[in-house]
Amino acid sequence: MRVLMFGWEFPPHIAGGLGTACYGMTRGLARNGVDVTFVMPHASGDEDQRFVDVVNASDVETVFGKVSNDSADIIEKMSFIHIDSNLVPYLSPEDYESYHDEFVKTGEKRWETSDVWSQRYTFSGKYGANLLEEVARYAIVAAQVAKDLDGQFDVIHAHDWLTYFAGIAAKRVSGKPLVVHMHATEFDRSGENINTQTYAIERAGMHAADRVIAVSNLTRNIIINRYGVPAEKVVAVHNAVRFADKNAPLPERGVKDKIVTFLGRITFQKGPDYFVEAAAKVLKRCPNARFVMAGSGDMMNHVIRRVARLGIADRFHFTGFLRGDDVNKMFQLSDVFVMPSVSEPFGIAPLEAMRENVPVIISKQSGVAEVLDYAIKVDYWDVDAMADAIYGLVNYPALSKMFSEKGLEEVTNLKWNDAASKIKRVYEDAIASVK
Amino acid sequence: MKTICLYFQVHQPWRLKTYRFFNIGKDHNYLDDLTNRAIMQKIARECYLPMNALLLKLIKENKGAFRVSFSLTGNAVEQFKLYAPEVLDSFRELVKTGCVELLAETYSHSLAALSSKEDFVEQVKAHTAMLKKEFGVKPKAFRNTELIYSDEIGTMVGELGFKTMLAEGAKHVLGWKSPNLVYASAGDQSLRLLLRNYKLSDDIAFRFSNQGWDEYPLTADKYAAWLSESDGEVVNLFMDYETFGEHQKASTGIFDFVKNLPKAVLQRGDLQFATVSETAAAHQPVAVIHCPHVMSWADEERDVTAWLGNDLQNEAFGKLYEMKDKVRSLKSDDFNYVWNFMQTSDHFYYMATKWLSDGDVHSYFNPYGSSYEAFMNYMNVLSDFQIEVEKALEAKKAARKTKKA
Repeated sequence: MRVLMFGWEFPPHIAGGLGTACYGMTRGLARNGVDVTFVMPHASGDEDQRFVDVVNASDVETVFGKVSNDSADIIEKMSFIHIDSNLVPYLSPEDYESYHDEFVKTGEKRWETSDVWSQRYTFSGKYGANLLEEVARYAIVAAQVAKDLDGQFDVIHAHDWLTYFAGIAAKRVSGKPLVVHMHATEFDRSGENINTQTYAIERAGMHAADRVIAVSNLTRNIIINRYGVPAEKVVAVHNAVRFADKNAPLPERGVKDKIVTFLGRITFQKGPDYFVEAAAKVLKRCPNARFVMAGSGDMMNHVIRRVARLGIADRFHFTGFLRGDDVNKMFQLSDVFVMPSVSEPFGIAPLEAMRENVPVIISKQSGVAEVLDYAIKVDYWDVDAMADAIYGLVNYPALSKMFSEKGLEEVTNLKWNDAASKIKRVYEDAIASVK
Repeated sequence: MKTICLYFQVHQPWRLKTYRFFNIGKDHNYLDDLTNRAIMQKIARECYLPMNALLLKLIKENKGAFRVSFSLTGNAVEQFKLYAPEVLDSFRELVKTGCVELLAETYSHSLAALSSKEDFVEQVKAHTAMLKKEFGVKPKAFRNTELIYSDEIGTMVGELGFKTMLAEGAKHVLGWKSPNLVYASAGDQSLRLLLRNYKLSDDIAFRFSNQGWDEYPLTADKYAAWLSESDGEVVNLFMDYETFGEHQKASTGIFDFVKNLPKAVLQRGDLQFATVSETAAAHQPVAVIHCPHVMSWADEERDVTAWLGNDLQNEAFGKLYEMKDKVRSLKSDDFNYVWNFMQTSDHFYYMATKWLSDGDVHSYFNPYGSSYEAFMNYMNVLSDFQIEVEKALEAKKAARKTKKA
């Protein structure tokens, strides 16, 4: 089976959960015997005037060096196509507009976004004046790619709303079935104050698709209830986590205290303020804990002010955004990992923490809660329960030992191979439905 | 005869390096050596050395008629010794002329007066000891960090044996009264107060090079005429020493202005120069100044909100002084050294969020992108310092136990 995939550049270039998920998924698909032609936006700025750029799998950098190092299988099964575009994941129309305004005013062409993954952002005159224009431009190029590759793929797979138009265009040109993958919905990102344009694109993509993959049942329900997509079209496939081949030496610990970590974008969606309130409660009863909030985002200053006001700033630390290895180092230094997300379609970070033997506390409002037994689950708003759980994991070694050992076992069994074989079945369904 | 009192403040903070969470518990060097050295040497080159040489020349030419006062913070002197010893030598030479008075202040340019009497006295004594050691002088007049003053602070300063203190000629405290007279403190009526004439001081410090100012360009003769015309018995011109060559670059003609000033002032016949203590002694206090609330020379509001005006600053300040007893009980030079530079008011200044109208001054030499960054960095350093203090206390306790056994 051959798939034309509209995805996102692999780590370390950009990512967040999305790039990481794309990487694990394509590896899994390759192992399941699926050929992948991977199309991704790649901003070249002014230097490179080529529109579409086909590259070898071995030329694509990944988190662990070149793909070629340990991935003979993936190279045979994959080819990569770069479309020159400045799209990056998690970009909102508002962000795009502010970058564009700056670009017009100052002529500056590069930014680093302020989220924890710190993606680079490139601008030049040839890209769209607003995000929707750029999304449309990307779709036109995608249609051309689909036409050029006519007969070389059986199904189209598009990740996240920014590529949905591209997927739709490719479907119209080729007549092949379309699968769209919902990694997050607009309701997760913005609560009830949704951006209606984004919502409209998500909805159009899912209605035009032959199958929709949701990263959790939580997301599947939102898709069915709030986007009006027929339930039989929507399939939940949970993400998995990839294990690095070689383990870096563990970082040396500087402090004796137990470290409780929050890692992610400091935004409404991630519920950082509940973490702060829980921290204050825990510190009242056990002063030998330290809290770390790693990452940055639009709520960061608000959180810092709250921490200062609660008078816990000598026990509550901020790292700013972390790059590359520092993310893993942060997990390795942690004794408890907390993900208090208000709304989390899946949430790959807890899996990464468990991979490093760290017990995790996750909100019930996260998709990952569906696949984990050895994680403490609390309502994101229930800061008392969260504080209780943190206190327990910090003070009762038996409890934290159990969660860390069983958790590692559990997360080891969440394999991308299994997720990919489910996705392969979705492809087969989609193809059958068109015939 | 009207007295002109020139006083210059010399201070450089020890700037902290970018100190991340990952450093806590492992890295106990908190300072940004490169930046501290670069800034100190730049200011030495552009301000301290040329201005000291110019003042020395003017003092010698005028044979005692030209007199100025300084205060140098402990932080600045420490950095002179490390990065620019020739600056310290040139200050010693100035002091030796007998026409230069050195004032006492807090050792670290700290806000200790706002913390407690104990902290304040410790800081002042440390500074006085430093003056004795480096310059062989015993100060008689006092100036508090950023001219922070209140009746209560006046009482503490009086108890420490000082006869004169500087303060801001703040409008909201003076009302209709003129800053150009000598006053007594309500906190201790034997303590004389010299109040800064902010209009005439800022004409030099802020407006000198402003081409949009209707009095631009400012010449020494014009300025001397203003001094003559002003009311009262004294004119107190207090400013940062970095005004000369740093805030106002040499290219603005500031050094020529200073060069011509003594002659322009003295030839008028009705003006004389005096140091702070001489000025206070030469005139009778005309009234008592009541100042129940704390004031300073900073910003439009002349209060302390630039350092202790938001939650971040209050939290950092509170957490710092929570440690005082522990640090003191260690009696260790190494810990006192860190304790001193952590108290410097600049760290709190960087955390200010009242940017708008006073943003220019606040951002001067500010190493941080935002007040939040400044806060995070400071708290990370403070956390490591806390851990180190606890460790040292435990080690001390253990040593005492083995001694007993």
